Amino acid sequence: MNINLTLFAQAVAFALFIWFTVKFVWPPMLRAIEQRQKTIADGLAAAEQGKRALESSAKRADVEIAGARDRASEIVSQAEKRATQMIEEAKTSAKAEGEREKIAAKAEIQQEVSKAREALREQVASLAVAGAEKILRREVDAKAHADLLNGIKQQL
Amino acid sequence: MAAGQELTPTSYIGHHLSFNAQAVGSGDFWTLHVDTLLTAVFLGVVSIGFLWSVVRGATSGVPGRTQAFVELLFEFVDEQVKGIFHHGDRHAFIAPAALTVFVWVTLMNAMDFLPIDWLSGVLFENLLHVHAWRPVPTADVNTTFALALSVLLLMIFFHVRVKGIGGWIHELFCAPFGSNPLLWPANLLFNFVEYVSKPLSHSLRLFGNMYAGEIIFLLLWLWAATGLVGTVFAAVLGLGWAIFHILIVLLQAYIFMMLTIVYFTMGYEHH
Repeated sequence: MNINLTLFAQAVAFALFIWFTVKFVWPPMLRAIEQRQKTIADGLAAAEQGKRALESSAKRADVEIAGARDRASEIVSQAEKRATQMIEEAKTSAKAEGEREKIAAKAEIQQEVSKAREALREQVASLAVAGAEKILRREVDAKAHADLLNGIKQQL
Repeated sequence: MAAGQELTPTSYIGHHLSFNAQAVGSGDFWTLHVDTLLTAVFLGVVSIGFLWSVVRGATSGVPGRTQAFVELLFEFVDEQVKGIFHHGDRHAFIAPAALTVFVWVTLMNAMDFLPIDWLSGVLFENLLHVHAWRPVPTADVNTTFALALSVLLLMIFFHVRVKGIGGWIHELFCAPFGSNPLLWPANLLFNFVEYVSKPLSHSLRLFGNMYAGEIIFLLLWLWAATGLVGTVFAAVLGLGWAIFHILIVLLQAYIFMMLTIVYFTMGYEHH
């Protein structure tokens, strides 16, 4: 163990190295690391915020979807109601139309019947007159008995 | 080995344990251990310069491998300081000082791994004609005392800066036992012992470990003088000791750094 000037020389070297590290080595390293830590922290915060935004928009989308579904089912039920109403209306109007047609047909039939009866009556009358003419050809003057014949025709 | 000198175990070991001492004045004190000083300064410049060159181009984005290594070292030291020092901004002085201590002491200790007969025997003795060269600066008490005393002085400086010179003197007399005037001598004696034992234990622990490591290497290399079998034997044992020594080198540097941090922190503490 021989203590000598080397001790002081080493102490000076030590002091210089510490000074250099304090001044030039530590601060830039610290800056770089802290900057990176900040970047990472910011990134994490942004990710968190994004997640939250995603959650809230998903919630909003759910609400929107539920509302749309409600509206859609409302529209469908309205449409169904309207459809049944329209069918009812159509039925009613068809029934009325049918009734009307039936009445018209009946009237027409009535008319046809009366027309046919009229024709039949005329034919019977003419047949009767022809028969009577044949029977009474010689004895009955058509002109003289026209009033009578017409009366018979009227009665038939 | 020195020319013309008979090679005995004593002369071999004695030769490897002698410093390259250059007198710069009259008297034993005015001597410089050129080997210790140059090796220490060289290692400091290389290591701190390496750190500097890396942090100068440091990116806050994705770091490269070298920067990642330096950051690992940085975080390791910073983590230790953070765990001990709670009295202000550690980045201002304590943490960088601890980093300096750790890096520098580790490298100085690691000089033990270099084969001494190649370094001081072949390189310095035969090629450079330098007759003595001890490669391990921390196996020189001057280095370890220089570091430990610097730490002690800084600790006292922090004491005085935090509490004022009056506060420091007050604590010399009134702590740790109490401020009763009857206890002043006991307090003073206690503090004196503390101030002496701190740098002593701090420096001699490192010195003792590195010196012992060096001696064990030398004792192992003595086997090489006994022939081929001894050389192989020495190589195997030397490898084993070197591997174990990695632990000692790092552990002692770590302990030295931790004690440095602790002593600095004590400078900030009130009793």
